[in-house]
Amino acid sequence: MSSFSYALRDSATMLRRNLRHAMRNPFVTVGTIMTPVFMLVLFFYVLGGSIVGGLNGGAKGSTEYLNYLVPGIILMTAALGAEFTALGVNSDRTENIISRFRTMAISRGSLLTGHALANVIQTLISVTCIIVISLLMGFRPNAGLVEWLEFAGLLVLFALAIAWLAVPLGLIAKTPSGANSLSLIIGMLLPFFSSAFVKPETMPDWLRWFVENQPFTSVLETLRSLLTGTPVGNNWIYAIGWSVGLIIVGYIWARWVYNREPSH
Amino acid sequence: MKTNQTAIAARGLRKSFGSHLVLNGIDLDVTEGTVYALLGPNGSGKTTTVQILSTFLSSDSGEVRIAGHDLLKEPEAVRSAIGVTGQFSAVDNLLTGEENLLLMADLNHLSRQEGRRRAAELLERFDLGDVAGKLPITYSGGMRRRLDLAMSLVGSPRIIFLDEPTTGLDPRSRKTMWEIIRDLLAGGVTIFLTTQYLDEADELADKIGVLDQGKLVAEGTVAELKRLIPGGHIRLEFADFARLETAAHTLGDVSRDDEALALTVPSDGSVRSLRALLDRLDSEAISVEGLSVHIPDLDDVFFALTGQPKNQKVGK
Repeated sequence: MSSFSYALRDSATMLRRNLRHAMRNPFVTVGTIMTPVFMLVLFFYVLGGSIVGGLNGGAKGSTEYLNYLVPGIILMTAALGAEFTALGVNSDRTENIISRFRTMAISRGSLLTGHALANVIQTLISVTCIIVISLLMGFRPNAGLVEWLEFAGLLVLFALAIAWLAVPLGLIAKTPSGANSLSLIIGMLLPFFSSAFVKPETMPDWLRWFVENQPFTSVLETLRSLLTGTPVGNNWIYAIGWSVGLIIVGYIWARWVYNREPSH
Repeated sequence: MKTNQTAIAARGLRKSFGSHLVLNGIDLDVTEGTVYALLGPNGSGKTTTVQILSTFLSSDSGEVRIAGHDLLKEPEAVRSAIGVTGQFSAVDNLLTGEENLLLMADLNHLSRQEGRRRAAELLERFDLGDVAGKLPITYSGGMRRRLDLAMSLVGSPRIIFLDEPTTGLDPRSRKTMWEIIRDLLAGGVTIFLTTQYLDEADELADKIGVLDQGKLVAEGTVAELKRLIPGGHIRLEFADFARLETAAHTLGDVSRDDEALALTVPSDGSVRSLRALLDRLDSEAISVEGLSVHIPDLDDVFFALTGQPKNQKVGK
């Protein structure tokens, strides 16, 4: 077999290993679903009235706000995949199995690729759960088949970007709790400071500038447009550009961290 | 360098971590089909040596050939030829024992059928059949170590590195591990192990290298090395100076410690020599207050080779 087919085979082996881990230790997976569900309930039922009231002069949580909110929750679900990946990579590091892989004749990046691909599958499952729950709550998307496929395509791309950023964080962190904290910058901070929950127009200028220009907002606005038909503008170009850019940066960073001399 | 008979050949290995010099020019030659034991205290550079030879770390300078392949130019070929079991177990805690072995089979690119056969064979051989379906967290220390080693053997390596294979094991598991290592050797592989224990090197090794502060201070067969070590001795303590005098006179070849009222008698530590010694004292009716038998250990080797006991060295 060529080295490329070995790389594919080793990555598939590592992916299977990660999926088995996820099934055997379902708390991480459940956690990455429960957190966005909690946010969905919090923002729609608890805060929704006030948020919409502030906009429209008093109203209970409406379908209009739910349609605005759900794409934001979906983005957050995907971003929380960072936690899943960083924890998985970090436990390989702290449990020492990485040392074994390093001295074996296996494709160098396969371990990391396995983690990244596992995150994509994990994200697709979590997002499906969130969409089902949202539909039960009254979410009414108007996407056709093409839009759903485009939605899934962008989600996969974004999940890969998240995973490749989380892999080096998991390698750098010395403990699982360190990995968790680092990954929450991606999983929590960036979704909150985006247009996920409220419109950027309501924010102070300096924050609005950040929110409108950070990578997650363009991805979010594109997902929102595909699901509910809001105007997309140039956002889809930025969404793809940012995602591909982050994948490349994350991949190079991850390989660099993995290949450098193990710290003592 | 010979490549057809030499499994491991290293010249001038050096390694520093920051300003701390860990290996200060090591030369090694390990013949195929033999056991080489690297003996030394904590912090002498044993683990670093194994990590460099097994491609885990790179050396600052030096040349290494493993199974005829240059370590720097053909690391993949080296990795294909070796199996490594580190000091800390490297098993996947979320996979069962059997799944761990099957993972190794997949990563060694064995066919599914071949992988299953190999896993079953290793589970049987290492007495892990009963716990094959359990997670390693439920294993004892000895079982974990056996699984760890079994995982390193899935790819049928020709050269096996074992970093302190018995440290932390109870005496029975330790004996089991020795048996396993002898079996491996009988199968024709080359074994490079590190140990802190002279008796372990004595039991297993064809050749021993003594490592001290990053330098090989002695190398040779067990017999050669033992000639460098002062023999064992028996220490006798007496109640008063008169008895000490008489005993010293009777036994002749002894060293005296007048202040402690003690004599040190050279001995191989065997029961027979001990009985002979006591008989001689009995025949002169000299009563002995205290007796201790001292068998040569790593401390003696270090004392003999470096002039200082090993526990005075500072480990990392």
